[in-house]
Amino acid sequence: MIGLTHYLLLGTVVFCIGLFGVLSKRNAIAVLMSVELMLNAVNINFVAINKFITPNDVTGQLFSIFVIVVAAAEVAVGLALIISIYRHRKSVDLNDFNLLKW
Amino acid sequence: MFEFILPNAWLIPLVPVLAFALIGLFLHRWPKISAALSIFSIAIAFILALVIAGGVFSAPAGTVYEFSTRWLDMPGLQVDMGLLIDALTAVMLLVVTTVALLVQIYSLGYMKGDPGIASYYAYQSLFAASMLGLVIANNLGQMFVFWELVGICSYLLIGFWFGKYSARNAAIKAFITNRVGDFGFLLAILFLQIMFGTLNFGELSDSMAGFTNMTILIPVAILLFCGPIGKSAQFPLHVWLPDAMEGPTPVSALIHAATMVAAGVYLVARAFFIFSAVPQAMTVIAVIGGFTALFAATIALTQNDIKRILAYSTLSQLGYMMMAMGIGAMTAGMFHLMTHAFFKSLLFLGAGSVIVAMHEEQDIWKMGGLYKKMPITTWTFIIGALALSGIPPLSGFWSKDEILLGALASGHIGLYIIGAFVAFLTALYMFRLIFVAFFGSNKAGAEKAQENSAVMTVPLIILAAISVVAGLVNSPLMHNAFGHYINSPAGIEPHPSLIIMISSTVIALAGIAMAWLIYQKQVISAEDLKYRFEGIYKVLYHKYYIDEIYAWLGARLVDGMAKVLYWFDIYVVNGFINAIAYVTAITGEVLKFTEDGQVQTYALYMFAGIVLLLVSALYAVYTVLI
Repeated sequence: MIGLTHYLLLGTVVFCIGLFGVLSKRNAIAVLMSVELMLNAVNINFVAINKFITPNDVTGQLFSIFVIVVAAAEVAVGLALIISIYRHRKSVDLNDFNLLKW
Repeated sequence: MFEFILPNAWLIPLVPVLAFALIGLFLHRWPKISAALSIFSIAIAFILALVIAGGVFSAPAGTVYEFSTRWLDMPGLQVDMGLLIDALTAVMLLVVTTVALLVQIYSLGYMKGDPGIASYYAYQSLFAASMLGLVIANNLGQMFVFWELVGICSYLLIGFWFGKYSARNAAIKAFITNRVGDFGFLLAILFLQIMFGTLNFGELSDSMAGFTNMTILIPVAILLFCGPIGKSAQFPLHVWLPDAMEGPTPVSALIHAATMVAAGVYLVARAFFIFSAVPQAMTVIAVIGGFTALFAATIALTQNDIKRILAYSTLSQLGYMMMAMGIGAMTAGMFHLMTHAFFKSLLFLGAGSVIVAMHEEQDIWKMGGLYKKMPITTWTFIIGALALSGIPPLSGFWSKDEILLGALASGHIGLYIIGAFVAFLTALYMFRLIFVAFFGSNKAGAEKAQENSAVMTVPLIILAAISVVAGLVNSPLMHNAFGHYINSPAGIEPHPSLIIMISSTVIALAGIAMAWLIYQKQVISAEDLKYRFEGIYKVLYHKYYIDEIYAWLGARLVDGMAKVLYWFDIYVVNGFINAIAYVTAITGEVLKFTEDGQVQTYALYMFAGIVLLLVSALYAVYTVLI
């Protein structure tokens, strides 16, 4: 029987994979995708907790819908930024984006 | 008349202060109107003072009229303003208004043609108002206010010819030297307010009666005496008075001989109950007074500037008055203050007359033979000098004798000897001045000297007349009327002694005779004396090098202090500030390596931070709950 713990574990694993991707990937697109993974891990948690702890409310589900909407907007802005940077520097490698330093 | 004037005695200072305001605000373009207004106002003050004196001296001795009103009222502090009219006040009112009136009239001639006449008379009016306000004050706080006001007038009038470098410097010197004394005075006022909760003379006198805590009273009395040391130019704060001669001569006569410098003596007389309760303070006053008298008289022997001789003479006589106060002969001190005010202002005005006739020449060796050219000035000057030397029956004889008598009666033999010797020196330096400047052969500059106009000679004649008769009010001929009114219960009233009268007359005559032998007959050569006692002469001529010592001390103390403070500022204050900046900069230098511009690095830091917070929060929850 699959319970709340399994869902939370799944969420944690997906979040950690996403985090690892954000911190270690050098490609800006990949980092953006990893951020999506982290957001979706949170969505899994919301929905699972909603289902198992407060089945009569839909707050968690509602929140995950919100997150999906915001994530879509975020991806749109993020991709626009990346394209803009690419046009200036001919690169999407984060290692090249280090102007803001001493 | 008296009944109306008495509670309204504040009118006396108010009239001149109105004149000051009118001249300063509206009339300063018209010097003649300004002068007339100023003289008119002081004349009114003089008449009011006459009425008050008439009332006070027709009442029984010891009558005190006091009027007081609350000025400031708050929890724990009440400040009053008021009038105190008694015999002491009446005498001072008369002296100040008389001398001020005559000096202002005389100034018409002396200041003729000066572009600053209007402001001169404005300052004169302000001075008269402040001095009269000082005299009628019924508490120390109010007195201090007027005390500072006369100080600022003195400053303004010394520096009246501010185009002259020396006049500017003298004004500043006078002001700053007085600050030193006034600091002590102010401290004493604060102490008295804290100790007794009042500054009113009558109330202080009452609380003093039961007060025996000498350990606190001694420093307070000595601090209080600091004020008179500064204002009355006693050693060691005497240095400003000779320099104050840079001001116009009538100013020297009024402020720096007759009235303001006597304010210190007046303060001692007014607060005599404080000093007389503290024998140690009395000793200090007597010793400082006696020392100043001797010290200044010896300097006067060697000076060549006519005004400086008179200035040192003033110092010496002020010392005499202080000495009288210190030995408990308060009446004698006040009596000498009064007679001295008349004959010394006479001498200064006479000197002013000579200076005008000699076209600003002040060196007595460049005068000579003036008695043929300026008979009125010469004879009035001689009367003043005789009064100062203490020749009977002129005023100085009576007052000086009383001080010497007081010294003997109170058992201060040493001070008596100093006093008698100073009397000899006084006669010597005054007649040195007279024989050199007025007699002898005509010098080049004295050829064209002429007697001045009546506006200058009439005040001289009036002052000479007063100088002759003023002493009689406290002579046995009038049953010591002055002492009868002034004498405080604490003072001692000596009985006249024929031996002292004769001996002091002989001493004065000896001084005159010696001056005659040296400077008129030239039996003893002055040059010879100068070379034989060259060392002493030099020390005296340079006024015991006091100014030089002060300059040296000032340089050492102030510069040394400045060096220490400079070091402190550079290495401690600046060092501290610089250290903070340095540490901040170093920290920044080290921490900047964490900023590599990589967004992912920052994200890692953030994640590490969150983990750290999480772990510590979990740890806290764990330890608290379980």
